[in-house]
Parts: sequence; C-alpha cells; structure tokens
Amino acid sequence: MELRKPHEHHIEPNIPDEWFVPKVKDQTEAEAVVRPSLSYWQDAWRRLLKNKLAMAGLTFLILLIVMAIFGPIISPHDAAEQKLVNQNLPPSSKHWFGTDELGRDVFSRTWLGARISLFVGTVAALIDFLIGVVYGGIAGYKGGKADNIMMRFVEILYGLPYLLVVILISVVMGPGLFTIIFALSITGWVGMARIVRGQVLQIKNYEFVLASKTFGTKTSRIIKKNLLPNTMGPIIVQMTLTVPSAIFAEAFLSFLGLGIQPPLASWGSMASDGLSTILSGHWWRLFFPAFFISLTMFSFNVLGDGLQDALDPKLRR
Amino acid sequence: MTAYIVKRLIAMLVTLWLIITLTFFLMHSVPGSPFNEERATNETVQKNLEKYYHLDEPLIVQYGLYLKSVVTLDFGPSIKKSSQTVNEMLGRGFPVSFELGIVTLIVAVISGITLGIIAALRHNGILDYTAMTIAVLGISIPNFVMATLLIQQVAVNWGILPVATWVSPKHMILPTLALATGPMAIIARLTRSSMLEVLTQDYIRTAKAKGLSPVKIIFKHALRNALLPVVTVLGSLAASILTGTFVIEKIFAIPGMGKYFVESINQRDYPVIMGTTVFYSAILIMMLFLVDIAYGILDPRIKLHKKEGS
Repeated sequence: MELRKPHEHHIEPNIPDEWFVPKVKDQTEAEAVVRPSLSYWQDAWRRLLKNKLAMAGLTFLILLIVMAIFGPIISPHDAAEQKLVNQNLPPSSKHWFGTDELGRDVFSRTWLGARISLFVGTVAALIDFLIGVVYGGIAGYKGGKADNIMMRFVEILYGLPYLLVVILISVVMGPGLFTIIFALSITGWVGMARIVRGQVLQIKNYEFVLASKTFGTKTSRIIKKNLLPNTMGPIIVQMTLTVPSAIFAEAFLSFLGLGIQPPLASWGSMASDGLSTILSGHWWRLFFPAFFISLTMFSFNVLGDGLQDALDPKLRR
Repeated sequence: MTAYIVKRLIAMLVTLWLIITLTFFLMHSVPGSPFNEERATNETVQKNLEKYYHLDEPLIVQYGLYLKSVVTLDFGPSIKKSSQTVNEMLGRGFPVSFELGIVTLIVAVISGITLGIIAALRHNGILDYTAMTIAVLGISIPNFVMATLLIQQVAVNWGILPVATWVSPKHMILPTLALATGPMAIIARLTRSSMLEVLTQDYIRTAKAKGLSPVKIIFKHALRNALLPVVTVLGSLAASILTGTFVIEKIFAIPGMGKYFVESINQRDYPVIMGTTVFYSAILIMMLFLVDIAYGILDPRIKLHKKEGS
C-alpha cells in the first residue's frame, strides 16, 4: 500500500507575505491580570460563601451569639426569678418557651444556658489551640529524638479514654465551670498537637522554608511566618469541631450530675432537669435546650465541613 | 509483625499502668475519708473500717496493695454497698453492657457503611443528600436527646415498644437505636468520603475497562480499600459507645456496668469508681490494640515488621 504524502492534497495558501507582521509585544498587556489574584484566605472565603449549608450554620451561630448576649435582656422575665404559681407552664405568649418547676422562664434560661455552653466550648477550643499548636509545632519542627519522645507521650494520652478521664477529674475536683474546662483541656489538646505536628513535619521540608533558612531567617520567624500560616487551615477546622464536642461533653457531664451546678444553667443541665419531667408531659423543658444543643452542634459540624473544603489547597481553583 | 505486636503490647501496659496510677492518686487526693459523712460511728468501728479497707496504711503501701489487687483482678469490696464486691458488680453488669455495646456496634457499622456506599454511588444526587443529612443530624443530636425522643414517640405515644429495662430482644431496640445513631453517622460520612476517593483511582477504571460487573467492582475492589479508614476509627467509636452506655443505661434503667459506674460517681464510692474505670480503660485499650493489629493485616501497604530489619 502506498503511503499518502500529507502535502499532496495540501492547497498552497494564497497569502501575500506582507500580511505577516510581527506582533508588537505590549508590555502592559502581557502583565495584565486575567483574573483578580486572590489571597488564600480570600479564595477560601469565596468558596465558603458558595457552600449554602455552611453559610446557614454560620448565620445560625452568629444569631446564637447575638441572642446569648442580648436574649436575657430582651426577655421580659428574669432568668432567676422564681414564681411558684407559674410552675411548669407550657409555652405561651407570656412565657415563650414555658416555665420550669420553679416557675422560671425557660426562654431567659435558654440564653443564659447558651452563654455557658458557648463559653465552655470556646474556652476549651482556645486552650486546645494554644497547647496543641505550641506542643505539636515544637515536636514537628525539632523532629528526631525530641519528636519521638514528645509524640510517645501524646500517644499515651491519646490512648486514655477521654470522657472517663474527664469524669474522674470532675469527681475529684468537684463539679463546676472551671472543673469542666480544666478536665476538657487536659486531654483535648492532644488531637490538635497531632494535627499541627503532622502538618509542620510536612511543610518544613518544602522549598520555600529551605529558601527562608538559607537567608538566615530566625527559627521563631520561620515558625511564625512560614509554618503556622500554612497549617492554619487544618487548625481552624479542628477548632470548629472541638467546640461542639466540648459542648456535648459538658451536656454529658451535666447529665451525670457532674456538670454546671445551680444557680448557673447550661443547656446540658437544663436538658438533664427536663428529662426527668418528660413523662409528665412537660416536653418544652427538654425540647428547647435539646433543640439548641442539636442545632448548635449541627451548625458547627456543617461549618467545619465547609471550612475543610474551603481551606483545602488541593481544591483551590 | 511479632516485634510490632510486642512493642504495642508494652505500650498498652504502660498506658494501663498510667491509668491505674492516675485513678489511684486522683481518688486519694479527694479530701476526707468515705466514712466521714456517715452517721457518727464510734472510734473503734471507724478504726476497724479503716483497717479493713487498708486506709490506715501509708499511701504508697495502699498503692502497692491496689496494684496487686488489679493484677490479681480483685478490685475489693464496695464501700457504700458493703455486702457487694466490685467484682460481683462487674460480673453482673458487664454481660449486659457488653451485649448492648456489641449489638450497637454491629448496627452502627452495618447501617453506617450501607448509608455511606449509597451516598457515594449517588454522589450529589438526592439519595446522597438524604443520607448525609441523616448523618449530620445523627452526629448533632446527643444520644440522651435521641433516647428521650425515642421513648416519647415510639414507646409512650405509639406504644409499640417497651419504655425501659432489659429483658427481651424487644427491649433492646430503643436503647440500641439511641446509642447507634452517633457512631452510625460517623461511619457513614467516613465511608462516603473514602469511597468517593477510591472510586476515582486508576484500578477502579481498570476494573471497569475489564468489564467487571458494577457489583463486583464496588464490593471487591472499591469497598475493601474504602473501609480501611473506617477500621481505624472503630477503636474510638467503641470508646464513645462505651461512655454512651452510662447515659443510655441510666435512661432506660438497664442493669449494666454503666449504671453501677454512674451510681458510684454519685455516691463517691471510690473502690467501685476505681475498679470500673480500670476495667473500662482495659477494654478500650485492648480495642485500640486489636484495631491496630487488624489494620496492619487488612492493609498490605502497612508493613508492621518494618522495624525488624533495622
């Protein structure tokens, strides 16, 4: 079979040579930015905005914080005001969420509970953040033997059953707000330390860190300027997931009688009180705190998921 | 492999020892003796009681005695219920709690994996969104809320199932459901994400190109690899189920170990608190150990014996 030569059917184009003009390179055009350059955080924010579920979670959380601050103020009833005539009233126009067995307004108490629950969650997450980042950062950056010893310790702590330790400490220290936060942070930072350490271990070998080192940058500056910003994504996600788990742990402890003690109220202690009366039909006493615990955990979880996707550099476009 | 197992075994024992020590000294740092709050007992009785519980010995001797009792698996008598020993309580409560825990774990694993597979196969479809909404709700609703909702609706309003106690399989349904939703949701989310990742792998495309049936691709090639992350969380899930049993057993009046544990906390019955804590920790650490070993066997890419040669 004869091979066909490609140019055989080629028609000679009839273009005069003077049509060919070298393109003048326009300096400004070449450097014009086609798409606005976005920083990592702008890009992440843009992607988070597109995630409807995460935005719904964020909106609810903002509303919740606003209500936790102003709720007790706008409510016509004081949270501690006891009126035994108003015992266990169902929700009405006067008491929007009903009243409890001491005649206290559940609406006011719900926002008081929101304060405590959010406080426990945020403080626990912040303490985890501080200890975890420092510990994990040092272990990951030092590497070698120091890392080995530090991580062995973390491994042992990680093996401890979290809630059991929390229960033990609460039994020993006596229940209270401080005890709960202390007990939650004593083992809680371990997860954060593991994440930060893994990230730092990986990033410290990247070229830009090496370049920084060759310039003679101080270690503290490398950690602050190169390593931490690049580990921020997973850290933020971990913190968003720590808050609901701390809120849950607090509710769990309140349930065992080791949580917040009166006159303070948290959602956990309110739900726990309400639980005993559920069979007598006072559903609102369990419903409102339980509803807000669930909705808050839901919001934090979807926000955490959304942040995870938004902050993942692999998904960046 | 053997070297790895030995290493893990040692780490396991160290953790356990740490827990025993921690528990012991924490319990003994509580001010006051367990007999202080009782009705005024006369001094000889008090002395005898203290002698009986070895409370008159120095702390370090008590610690030694406690270590010995743990090694010989004898946790001693309860302080508040003097006719019972901790061992008797564990012996009575553990089978019940174990039953509840295992059934819950099985229900959670099977339903969670099924939900996860369905969600991954119908990625971004209605079934995916439904399954994931169920999953996020399952994570968000605390198990004690779930338990009360179930009691209120299913047991009280509809009257289909018994409200509480633990006598027949029918009684097991509600507590198991309440306890299983959380772990199920976690497993479903994990299965979905790792399944989605596995489905984009080259070997899945190869399997498709070979003309394998979808069922075979999913179950033989995709699922096996997708389940590895699920195996790793089994240990911590077992932990959360176990602590969940405290609450669930309290709500449903199930005579398990959790009930004794919660009671002992409320009554500050230190031998029982210590005994149950150590027992719980031992089970959990054992679970984590088994999960690690299982993971090594399931995933050929992990060489457990890599330290052997070096």
